Amino acid sequence: YLHVALLFWQQVILCHCTLDDLRVDGRSCEDYRYVEVETDVVSNTSGSARVKLGHTDILVGIKAEIGRPKLDRPNKGCLEFFVDCSANATPEFEGRGGEELGTEIANALYRVYDNERSVDLKSLCITPMEHCWILYTDVLLLQCDGNLFDAISLAIKAALLTPSKIPKVQMMEDEEGTTEIELSDDPFDCVRLNTENVPCIVTLCKIGQRHVVDATLQEKACSVASLLVSVTSKGTITCVRKIGGGSLDPESIYEMIETGKRVGKALHAPLQDILNKEESLGKSREKVGFIG
Amino acid sequence: MAADLRLPAPRKRSTDLPKEQGKHLVAPGDVITTDSGFMRGHGTYMDDEKLVASVAGVVERVNKLICVRPLKTRFNGEVGDVVVGRITEVQQKRWKVETNSRLDSVLLLSSVNLPGGELRRRSSEDELAMREYLQEGDLISAEVQSVFADGALSLHTRSLKYGKLGQGVLVQVSPSLIKRRKTHFHNLTCGASIILGNNGYVWIYPTPTEQNEEAGGFVTNTEPVPLSDREVISRLRNCILALSMHKMLLYDTSILYSYESAFHHQIKDILKPEIMEEIIEETRRRILEQEG
Repeated sequence: YLHVALLFWQQVILCHCTLDDLRVDGRSCEDYRYVEVETDVVSNTSGSARVKLGHTDILVGIKAEIGRPKLDRPNKGCLEFFVDCSANATPEFEGRGGEELGTEIANALYRVYDNERSVDLKSLCITPMEHCWILYTDVLLLQCDGNLFDAISLAIKAALLTPSKIPKVQMMEDEEGTTEIELSDDPFDCVRLNTENVPCIVTLCKIGQRHVVDATLQEKACSVASLLVSVTSKGTITCVRKIGGGSLDPESIYEMIETGKRVGKALHAPLQDILNKEESLGKSREKVGFIG
Repeated sequence: MAADLRLPAPRKRSTDLPKEQGKHLVAPGDVITTDSGFMRGHGTYMDDEKLVASVAGVVERVNKLICVRPLKTRFNGEVGDVVVGRITEVQQKRWKVETNSRLDSVLLLSSVNLPGGELRRRSSEDELAMREYLQEGDLISAEVQSVFADGALSLHTRSLKYGKLGQGVLVQVSPSLIKRRKTHFHNLTCGASIILGNNGYVWIYPTPTEQNEEAGGFVTNTEPVPLSDREVISRLRNCILALSMHKMLLYDTSILYSYESAFHHQIKDILKPEIMEEIIEETRRRILEQEG
């Protein structure tokens, strides 16, 4: 997907660049481009966030709905992912063009997030076997400029961290033994998810002899394979996945995981800071949204 | 190394810009004139006896003819324009070149200088060996030789300054931002050279030394470019991007001034909005001073 025809010599210069830790845009191999995060951009979701990373533009909306728990984990809620590749991002997504990429991303997101270690799924359960909260997570790719996974994971984490509007519910049983769901009267009486262990994804692209984080489209076109590493704020790696057709040797995988761990761990604190800052500004903050 | 996360800043309207005198700017749907004595040109249409703009741009009048020159457009080539393009296809006796115009341009085998500057009739052997000179994905600099009836361009590289491009970095900007000058090839004093293609493609490359200039552009060296040169190239690239983001015309002076104002900043910081603004502000001031 997103084929960028690159001149061979341009590739050469890119490879030389990574050797000396100076990339074409002046970053070092472990530098991110600056990230813009805004939450609560879609009013009718439980939590939403928009992340811009270079020209990559991601919108994530999370909607909580009551549903039936999955059979293999009756006392837990679950997350559902859907990735929509907007044809505005690139003409290649037109029609069914983005479907393959969408499923690939969604599958990776299931692996990373839909488990007990990342999200406190037990707190999403209302009554075992019968009712639980399902978090429908919709990811919309508005523009692609490389490093989709990292931007998506930042957006998902931001959307989960914001005061999610998951109302408190209680199960009431009347005399005839039928259960009824009772919603709290106070609309602000919400459950806030424990997001301590929600990981961030770091994608490392192997270019030449080195690996880089936050690869631009051009850099990605030069790399043969990349590695997804999802890291929690404590530095625990929850998932590692290789994407791309090329091969990586064990030694470089080890190095890449180490880099990913270091970079990923450092990603959580700034995100938390910026969200705290945004929350403290509250209503006084001028919303930027999509027109600004 | 810590990632730079931030809240999105609302777009500023620059109010302190020098007012362009006598420029008639229109948006789509704006009435240009109600006088029926004028002729309808490009970018306009008639609506109830009124002449209305169909694109956003500058109104241009030649006697009775009114047209609107769009600000955001693809490249409309004219004879003599310098372009930077990428080979997309090798056909019989011609190459197809992507030059940011509406149609792919053609480069005829008879309008290139053969390697070594040989001057002779093109034989069928040359036709078979075309891919050895230029193949798909190669970047070239060329000049517009003629414009076909459908607007497609015919290019030529019959001068030693044109031809295949070696190691360097390509920056793509809007073609309307390139200022038309006597020369579009510059050896900047900061230590790199630059080709400002009229089609909005800018090629930045290390200033060639005497010896590798002779090959006629067909033999490129794969020697790593020294770190100091690459720093200059990266800085120039970011400066050009900054200028284009702030819709400043690109020519040797503006690029050099922005390079000088960006000199005490780190290369990767140039692309951060607040620093970019600072650099552009200073560049703008210096250009105004110089123009008097």
